[in-house]
Amino acid sequence: MNTELITQVAAFIWQEADMLDHGEYAQWLESWTADGLYIVPIDPQQTDFANTLNYAYDNADMREKRVARLGSGESISTSPVPRTVRDVSRFRVLANDGSNVTVRCAQNLREFRKDVLKHYTADVTFELVRSGGSFLIKRKIVRLINSTDTLQGIGYIL
Amino acid sequence: MTNKTDAQHALTLGDRVQADRVHTSLYTDPAIFEQEMDKVFSSTWVWVAHASEIPEAGSYKNTYIGRQPVIVVRDRKQKVHVLLNRCRHRAATVCEGKKGKTNSFVCPYHGWSYSLDGALRGVPHPESYADQLEKGELGLVSLRVEEYAGMIFATFKNDIEPLVDYLGPAKKWMDLFMKQGGGYPIKVAGEHRFRFPGNWKIQLENTTDAYHFPLVHKSFLSSVDKQTEEMLDFVGGSGYVEDLGNGHSVMVMIPQLIDLEENLDAPIPERFAELAEQLRAEQYSDEEVRRIVRAVGGSGFNLNIFPNIACSMAFFRVLQPIAVNETEIHHAVITMDGGPQVANQARLRLHEHFQGPMGFGTPDDSEAWERVQKGASAGEDLWIMLNRGLAGEKPTADGRASDVSAETGMRAAYQQWKKLMTA
Ligand code: FES
Ligand SMILES: [Fe+2]
Repeated sequence: MNTELITQVAAFIWQEADMLDHGEYAQWLESWTADGLYIVPIDPQQTDFANTLNYAYDNADMREKRVARLGSGESISTSPVPRTVRDVSRFRVLANDGSNVTVRCAQNLREFRKDVLKHYTADVTFELVRSGGSFLIKRKIVRLINSTDTLQGIGYIL
Repeated sequence: MTNKTDAQHALTLGDRVQADRVHTSLYTDPAIFEQEMDKVFSSTWVWVAHASEIPEAGSYKNTYIGRQPVIVVRDRKQKVHVLLNRCRHRAATVCEGKKGKTNSFVCPYHGWSYSLDGALRGVPHPESYADQLEKGELGLVSLRVEEYAGMIFATFKNDIEPLVDYLGPAKKWMDLFMKQGGGYPIKVAGEHRFRFPGNWKIQLENTTDAYHFPLVHKSFLSSVDKQTEEMLDFVGGSGYVEDLGNGHSVMVMIPQLIDLEENLDAPIPERFAELAEQLRAEQYSDEEVRRIVRAVGGSGFNLNIFPNIACSMAFFRVLQPIAVNETEIHHAVITMDGGPQVANQARLRLHEHFQGPMGFGTPDDSEAWERVQKGASAGEDLWIMLNRGLAGEKPTADGRASDVSAETGMRAAYQQWKKLMTA
C-alpha cells in the first residue's frame, strides 16, 4: 500500500475541507482544473451525470456563482450563512497513473443554521491532477447516502 | 363577552374563506387538515403521474393521493391503473420503491399476488380457506383514472365529472405547455424532492405569485445574464393572472412565450447562442434550431391545477400534503424524448440552476414558506390577505383576470377549496 500517496492526497483533501468550513472560497475556486466539475448526483448508481438530473453539476462558472450567492446576502436561505464542520476520512486510492489520482473517501458533515443541526453523510470521489507539487481537482463527486430522500436547502458546498 | 378564541371557533369553514382573505387557521388547524384529506384530496381529481413516467407495460410509480399510498401502473394492454397500495389480506403494501417495472404485485407478508390491473391472482396454501375466499372481491382497490395531454389523474369519487370537464379552460394551457417538447414528446427525466415545514396551501398559492419573485429570487437573478434578468423582470409588466374556474388559474409572466411555436423568427437569446450553434453543427435546420431553442427556455406561464399539480414554466411542480405543517414538493424536470442531447442537457442544467435543495431558487422559496408557517402561529384571529389586484379584476372568456402580480389565482384556489370543504 502506497502510504506516501495516501498522505499526499489526504493532506490536499483535508485542506479543501478546511477551506470550505472556513469560507475561504477565493482559494477554493483556485483549486480546480479549468474543466473541473463539482457534482452532487441524485441516483447513487448514476455515472452519466451530464445526461441526468443532479442536485449540482457545477463547472467553473457555476462554482463561482454558487460562491457569490453564498456571500451575497441576497438569499434568505443562506443568510445567516450555515456553519459547517466536516470530517473526511477512509481514503482509498482507486486509480493512479502518476499524474492523475482517483481517491474515494467518507465525509461526515454537520451543519448548523438558525436553530437546526443537520447531518449529511456522503461518499466523495475526487479525481485529482498533479500540479506544481500539489493537486488540482478535476472531479469532485459527492454521493449523499440519503440523496434519494427529500432534502432541505443546502446552500453551501458539500 | 367573547374572547378572540371563541370568536374564531364561531367561524364556520365557509366563513373562513372570504372574497379577499382567508383565515389563518387554514394553515394551522390540524382538524381542518384532517377534513381536507377527505373533502379535497378524496373528493376531486388528483394528478398522479405523467404518462412518460410509466412508459411500458409493467412500468409503475408509487405516489400518494392525500396521505393514501397508490400505485400507478401500466398493464399489458397499455391501460393505466391507479391501485391502493394495500394488500387485501391484512393491509401490507404490495409495492415499494419510487418507480420500477414488474409483472405482478406480490405481497411480502403472506404472498398474495395481484396482476397489473389489481386482480387477486393467487394466495399461497388456499386449502385453509376451504374454497370460500371471494377472490373476485379481493383485488387491489382500483380508482377511476383519466388522462389529458399525457397528464394522468385519479379520483376516489366515482361519480365526479369527466376529467376534461373538470380541467375546462386549463386544457388549452396544458396543450400550450406541452409544446416545450420542441416537436418531440415530452418526458419526465427525474425530479428534485424536498419538504418544508409549512401547510400545502402556502405552496399552492406560490405558483401564481409573481409578487415574490424579484425579492425572494434576487440571488438567482444576480446569477443570470442581463437579458434573462430583464425577461424575468415581469412584475409591473403586461402579464396577467387568470382564474380558469374549478380552482385552476394561470399566471402569464412573459406573454411572448405563451405559444412556443409562434414568434419563431424572434432573435435567439444570448444565453442560448452557444446551444443554437451546437444544434446547427449537428445539422438541424434553422427552423428546428429555433423551435428547439425556444422550447428549451420553457413557457412564459405557470398553470396551477387544483389541488396538487402545476405546469410551471419548464417543469412540473407536484405537491403532497404530509401534515398541517409539513408539505412535500417534487419538481420534475422535462426533457424532449428523442430530442438532441445538447438541448436536453441544457434543460437539465437550467433545472439544476433554480430547482432543488442546491438550486439558486427553491431553497429561498422554501425558507419564505417556512417563515409564513412560523408567523402564522402568531395572531390566531388574523387573516391572510389576498386582495392584491382585486380592484383591477375583469371578466374574461374563461373566467376573471387581473395584473400579473394579482392574487387572483390564490382567490380562485380558495373558492374551490371552500366549495369542496362545505359540500
Ligand atoms: S398481508 Fe398481504 S398476504 Fe397477508
Ligand atoms: Fe419562487
